[in-house]
Amino acid sequence: MKIRAKSVSRRAFLKASATMAGGLVIGFWLPGRQRLAHAQGAPKPPANPNAFLRIAKDGSVTVMVKNLEFGQGVTTALPMLVAEELECDWSKVRAELAPAAPEYVHTGFGMQMTGGSMSVGDSWTQLRTVGAQARTMLVSAAAAQWKAKPEACRAEKGFVLGPGGKKASFGSLAEAAAKHPVPEKVSLKGPKRFRLIGKPTRRIDAAERIDAKTVFGMDMKRPNLHTALVAHPPVFGAKVASFDAAKVKAVAGVTHVVQVPNGVAVVAKSFWAAKKGRDVLEIRWDLGPGATLSSDGLRKEYGELARQPGPMARKAADPAAIKAAARTVVAEYEVPFLAHAPMEPLNCTVEFRGESAEIWCGSQFQTVDQAAAAKVLGLAPEKVKLNTLPAGGGFGRRANPASDYVIEACEIAKSVKVPVKTVWTREDDIRGGYYRPMYVHRVEAGLDAKGTIVGWNHAIVGQSIIAGTAFEPFLVKEGIDETSVEGVSDTPYDIPNLAVTLHSPKSPVTSLWWRSVGHSHTAFVMETMIDELAAAAGKDPVEYRRGLLAKHPRVLATLDLAAKKAGWGTPLPKGRARGIAVHESFGSVCAHVAEVSLDKGAVKVHRVVSAFDCGLVVNPMTVEAQVQGAVAFGLSAALHSAITLKDGKVQQSNFHDYTVLRITDMPRVEVHLVPSGADKPTGVGEPATPPIAPAVANALFALTGKRARALPLGKTQWA
Amino acid sequence: MIKFHVNGEAVEFNADPDTPLLWVLRDGLGLTGTKFGCGRAQCGACTVHVNGEAELSCSVKVADVAGKRVNTIEGLSASNAVVKAVKSAWLDKDVVQCGYCQPGQVMAAVALLAKNTSPSDAQIDEALEGNLCRCGTYPRIRDAVRAAAATLSGKR
Repeated sequence: MKIRAKSVSRRAFLKASATMAGGLVIGFWLPGRQRLAHAQGAPKPPANPNAFLRIAKDGSVTVMVKNLEFGQGVTTALPMLVAEELECDWSKVRAELAPAAPEYVHTGFGMQMTGGSMSVGDSWTQLRTVGAQARTMLVSAAAAQWKAKPEACRAEKGFVLGPGGKKASFGSLAEAAAKHPVPEKVSLKGPKRFRLIGKPTRRIDAAERIDAKTVFGMDMKRPNLHTALVAHPPVFGAKVASFDAAKVKAVAGVTHVVQVPNGVAVVAKSFWAAKKGRDVLEIRWDLGPGATLSSDGLRKEYGELARQPGPMARKAADPAAIKAAARTVVAEYEVPFLAHAPMEPLNCTVEFRGESAEIWCGSQFQTVDQAAAAKVLGLAPEKVKLNTLPAGGGFGRRANPASDYVIEACEIAKSVKVPVKTVWTREDDIRGGYYRPMYVHRVEAGLDAKGTIVGWNHAIVGQSIIAGTAFEPFLVKEGIDETSVEGVSDTPYDIPNLAVTLHSPKSPVTSLWWRSVGHSHTAFVMETMIDELAAAAGKDPVEYRRGLLAKHPRVLATLDLAAKKAGWGTPLPKGRARGIAVHESFGSVCAHVAEVSLDKGAVKVHRVVSAFDCGLVVNPMTVEAQVQGAVAFGLSAALHSAITLKDGKVQQSNFHDYTVLRITDMPRVEVHLVPSGADKPTGVGEPATPPIAPAVANALFALTGKRARALPLGKTQWA
Repeated sequence: MIKFHVNGEAVEFNADPDTPLLWVLRDGLGLTGTKFGCGRAQCGACTVHVNGEAELSCSVKVADVAGKRVNTIEGLSASNAVVKAVKSAWLDKDVVQCGYCQPGQVMAAVALLAKNTSPSDAQIDEALEGNLCRCGTYPRIRDAVRAAAATLSGKR
C-alpha cells in the first residue's frame, strides 16, 4: 500500500502532565490533524491526551505502541526508538498497544493505521523525540534536586548521574520530571552513537506469547459475553430472502437469531452452541448476478480485455518502436484470488451500553473501524472506545476501509443488547471475500538483434482494490488504481517505450490489499518476463538485469549481493537449479535466489538466499524474521494457494483445500542485509514477499526449460 | 456426566458429549491458551496433550477424553526439563512473530522431545507438520527444537 501524504504541519505540540500514579507522561498531538477531527476553528488539544511513554516509580518504562502488533515486531522496534534516546534500562521496557485515539494517528495521514510497511518509518523521528524529551526532563529534575547544572548531569541505563557521584533512578525522578517543561527542541543522536538501534534484540513480548498469557481478540473474556456466528451469503452479493430459525432456537445455549445486513447471526452462550445453531439454520437466498461468476469465465473475460485499449498508467515515448523490434516475446500471465488466512480467524467483541460502547479487536485501521462502529451504533466516535488487541496475523485483512467484520459485530451487538463476540470460523474466513484480486497480465516485449529491449506493452486486468473506498481520491488517478500497477509502471529497469494499460472490471467479489498489495502479482510478471528476455537474448539472468539497472545502484547492489552469497554460476548437484528475482517495494529492495528440484513432479524449494536493503536497520533480528516469514507467506501463494469460483461459490473452505506452506515445505532461508549506510529505515514487513514467486519460477525454468505463467506454480505439470 | 482431568484437576462435564474438547477448554474452563484456528484438524493451533500424546482438541469429542489426562499450554510444568528446554530455546531463538500458533507449536515440540531427545531434522519436520504458521516462523522453530534437543541430550 502506498498512500501519498497530504501536506501536514509536522510541528509537534507537546503536553506533559503528572499521571494519577505520579509518573511521567508525554503526549503529542498534531494540530494539522486535529483540524480534521474538529472541523473548523483553532486546534484544541485532545480531551484525553494519551501518552507514548509512562515511567513508573519502580522505574519501569511503558511505551504506548500506536500500531497493531500482528507478528511484525512493532512492540519491540518502537520501544527501541524511545529507549535509544531515553537511555533507560532496556530490561525494564514494556509495550502496550494504544487504543484508537487522535494522538496515535500516522504522522502523515491523519489516521491510526498499520500498513504499507510504514510503522517504524512513521515513528522513527516521533518516538526518538519522545525519548529525548523525557530524558531531558528527567535530567532537569535531577539537576534541580541537586542544585547542579543540567549540563553537568547525564542519563545512563535508567539513572541520572550528576557531579560528585550523585545518582538517582528514573523511577524516583519521574514525578518531579513531569513538572518540568517539555523541551521544544531536542537534538537526536546520529547513527554512530546508537547503542540499541541496529543491535539484534529479542522480542519483548515473546514469553507472554508462549506462556499463553497474551489475550488475542479470540480470547476476550467479559461478564455475560455471548458468541455470535453469522451465516454469510453463499455467493457474493446475495441477500437473505427469508429464514427459519425454529430448529436453531431448539439448540441449547442459543439466545438470539437476528438478521444483519450481510446474513443471519446466531448468538449463543458459547461458540459450540452458536455453531450447532448455525448448522441447522435454514435460509432462502436471493442469489443475484453473483451466482453466475466463475474463475474460468473471469479468466476468459480478462484475457479478452487485456487485448483492448484502456486507461494508461504510463505511455511509451515512441509507441511505434516495438514494431521495429527484431523479435517480440508475448506472454499472458494469471494469478488467482487469494485469502489472507491469518491463523487467528476474524473476531470482534462489542459491548454496547446505549450511550457508549467498547470494542476489542485486532484492528489495523483503528480510526476507520472506530468511526464505522460509531455510525452503526448511532454514537459519536469518541463514545466508542476501541481497544487494540494483538492479532494472530492479518496480512492486510484487518485493514479494511469497509470495516466489514467490525460493522457486522456492531450490528449484532446493537440488535441483541448483550456483550457479544462475533467470531468467524475458518470456513467463513476462506469464503468471506476481501481477497487479493485475480489478475491477468499481457506483456509484449520487443528486442533488437542484440537482445536489448526496444519497447514493452504491458496490460493489466483486475478489479480495483481502492475504487469505492475512502482512499479512492488519493490512490485512483484518471482511472488508474496505483495499487494495481505498482511494480510495473514504476519499474527500476531501464525499459525504453514502456506502456502500461490498466483495465479494472467491477465485480461483486470483495477485494483488499494482501501483504505487498500490487507487488504480489506485478513482481511475478516483471521478473519472470525479464528472465525470459534474458534467455531470448542468450544472456545470463543476473548479467542481463545488471545491464538494465545502471541508474538504480541500490537495486543493483541488492541483486549483486544475493547472487554472490548464493554462489550464482557455481555448479549444483544434478536435478537442482537456481533462479533469481529482485524487486523494489515499500521503499526497500529485496532479491532472492531460490534453489529448486522436482520430487515426483512436485516443486521442492531447498534454499533461498536473500539480500535485503531496508535502509537503516532498527532490529536485525526482526528484519531476518520478516524476510523468512515473507518467503514462507510468498511461497504459500507461489506453490499452493488459490481461491476459485464456480457458479458464484468459493470452491475452497479450509486449510485442506486452501493449501498453505507447512514446515516440511519450508526451505532454508539465508538473509543478508545490504550495508546501505542509509540514515532512516524503509519498509520491512512486505518487500520480501514479491520476489519469491518469480525466483522459484525462474529456477524451474532453469531446471526444466518450461515457463510458468500462472500461479500457483503447482498448477503446471513440471515433469 | 463425563469425567476427566485437565492440568491435574478433576473436571466434570455434563452438556453435549459431542462438544469438541477445544471448546470445553476455551469456553467452559477459560483456558484460552489452546487456540482455535481451523476446527478440522488442519492447523494444529489447538494442540493439547491427552495422556501425554499430542492431540488436536478441535477434533476430539469431549466424550472421548473420559477418564483421561488432558494437559494444555497452561498446564506445562515449569520444572519439567523438556518444558524448560523448549521454552528457553523458543525465547533464545526469538521464534515468536504473531504468536497465535505458538502454544500449539510448543505443545507439539514438547510431545516430540518427551519421547525423543535426539530427533533428526526429518523427525522434527514430521512432528510439526500438522502445525501451521502463517507468519513463517518455521526456520526458527526448527532451530529452537534442535537447540532444546541438544540441551536435553546433554550435547550442549
